Amino acid sequence: MKDTPTVQASVRLGRYLRDNPVIPLIAFLLLLIVALEIMKPGMIMPIRVGRNGIFSTFWIGNLIKFAIPLAMLAACQVLTMLTSGIDLSAGVVATVAAFVCATASPLVGVGPSILIALSAGALVGLVNGIGSGIIRVHPLIMTLGTGLIATGCLQVYQRFVISTGTEIPGFLLWLGTGRTLGMPNGLFLFIPFAIGILGLMRYSGFGRLLFALGSNEHAARLSGVRSWQVLVALYVLSSIIASLAGLLYLGMIRTPSLSLANPLLLPSVAAAVIGGTSIFGGRGSFGGAIVGALILRVIDTLLTLLQMPQGARIMIFGLIILAVTAMYVRITGQR
Amino acid sequence: MSELVRKNTWTLGLLALFLVLLAFTKTIQTNFGVSGLESLARAALPFAFATAGMAVVVIVGGIDLSVASIMAVCSVIAAVSMPVVGGVAGILIVLTLGTVMGAINGGVIVATKVPDIVVTLAMLFVWEGVALLILETPGGQASDWLQASIQGSIFIPGLPKALLVIAIVVSVVWLPIRRSQLGLSIYATGSHEIAAFRSGVSVGVTRIWAYSICGLFCGFGGLSLVSLTGIGEPVPGPYLLASVAAVVLGGVVLGGGRGGLLGPIIAVFVLRIIRTILTLAGVDPNITTIIEGTVMVSVVMLAAIFTYRGGRA
Repeated sequence: MKDTPTVQASVRLGRYLRDNPVIPLIAFLLLLIVALEIMKPGMIMPIRVGRNGIFSTFWIGNLIKFAIPLAMLAACQVLTMLTSGIDLSAGVVATVAAFVCATASPLVGVGPSILIALSAGALVGLVNGIGSGIIRVHPLIMTLGTGLIATGCLQVYQRFVISTGTEIPGFLLWLGTGRTLGMPNGLFLFIPFAIGILGLMRYSGFGRLLFALGSNEHAARLSGVRSWQVLVALYVLSSIIASLAGLLYLGMIRTPSLSLANPLLLPSVAAAVIGGTSIFGGRGSFGGAIVGALILRVIDTLLTLLQMPQGARIMIFGLIILAVTAMYVRITGQR
Repeated sequence: MSELVRKNTWTLGLLALFLVLLAFTKTIQTNFGVSGLESLARAALPFAFATAGMAVVVIVGGIDLSVASIMAVCSVIAAVSMPVVGGVAGILIVLTLGTVMGAINGGVIVATKVPDIVVTLAMLFVWEGVALLILETPGGQASDWLQASIQGSIFIPGLPKALLVIAIVVSVVWLPIRRSQLGLSIYATGSHEIAAFRSGVSVGVTRIWAYSICGLFCGFGGLSLVSLTGIGEPVPGPYLLASVAAVVLGGVVLGGGRGGLLGPIIAVFVLRIIRTILTLAGVDPNITTIIEGTVMVSVVMLAAIFTYRGGRA
């Protein structure tokens, strides 16, 4: 603000960061990790306290392991936010898929139970898509409502299967809890998934339609985009992603419950927002959301380490989301 | 003029729907009477205040996802402070702090220029955390007369006190504001923010006021929560979706500038009486939840179809 060159430099920096939102995010992530290491020496760099290894692969593996389901649910939010929507049923859908899978597999076997779980999730997505794509209800209300209905259905369903017991498919356990070379096996699911989503957003026609609808739906429709078809496909896809995340989370937590993945919903929105996805549509990056999920997990560890009471943890969590978003808006100068 | 007629038609239609549902309740449960009405009004109390608050911020063009959390904070403050400072002082403290929390929401939105939905989503966490910090588990104690103030009927049997409380609070808070310059500014900002700004409305201040009014209503909502249960409950209840659904059903357009507070409050009663009917019909509570959700969603869907057609015509 003082003289012209500084203004131009800051504008240029702002533009650069706007095009590459992942860079400041990674810097912030590293800053948080450094803070963590200072607070508890040896946690991340065991060599500093005289143990083997420069970096603790156990710690990094753990961080990644718990960030994966969050990042997958954040993918739902990124994709739907591209069209200026949001998927608030993602947490419930993940829970439904996990619970249905765990209770159906003793009855019908592993393969069919996973299929049933995914189609239950896809059904919720279809209702979301019809509501927000064809009838044009605001996605926020539509997905909140379907989430509520799905929870009710799950409670009714629970009473029919209460005697069958639960069984968690072996390979979900392998995927959720196993490790290969110190890294969680969940990456075997997540890396192809992430490449698929990044490719979908950047190179596919469907991805371009999402950006087009979010930037200016009217213009997109005048250019011949059948918006309702795109939106129905989008919400079904989002729910299938959420179901996959739920199945993975089931293997990780190993105890199906009626609210298994629900607490992941709001952090997933936060991860997408921190990652630079605009809730108004037309701008978003899944890369940013992955870093956002990692950041949220590190913050979570940080707060556990400080022995914060539950209330203070939730509160600080909210304040950090707010601060990061405000900073982001300030830097890039846009909403 | 036709705008005014259409708005009132919607509200009157809702009222008619409510009366039809009330008559239907009477047919399936012939002894549904004064006490049934009283418990209906009591149960609707926190929903009505959450909805009134939500309606004001939706009219100004925003949305407040943190209503349920603010109500939780207010209820624990009330339950903790009332045994110490007494009932009246407790109420004043709660209402002041509710307004302050709303003002903080609005202030943050205006100062940071972050979208309403993101700020209030973050504040949802913050207020929930504050409530847990004040009271880790449900506890505290509400004044006895506060609990008595919403029980039973007043003047004539069949006029529940709780209904009177809603009517008095909403009209005392909202009617003067709506008639004043602030009310005009709220509607102007919600209709078209830039146009309002260029006409000399201080848009930022107006939005902070709207969020403060929402906070004040949430304060009343928190008070009604403690008077219903007698204790403070730090975990937010299911008031977010219900209030959004009631606001939309009540004829307030998401995006702002249109609608009032009467429609949403009648909508609350319509949504509540559906639950009463299902309970009286002996439907399983879990299935009731499903039906309630389906009804809320379909009502919003129908409203969307009508506004879409209306926008096209």
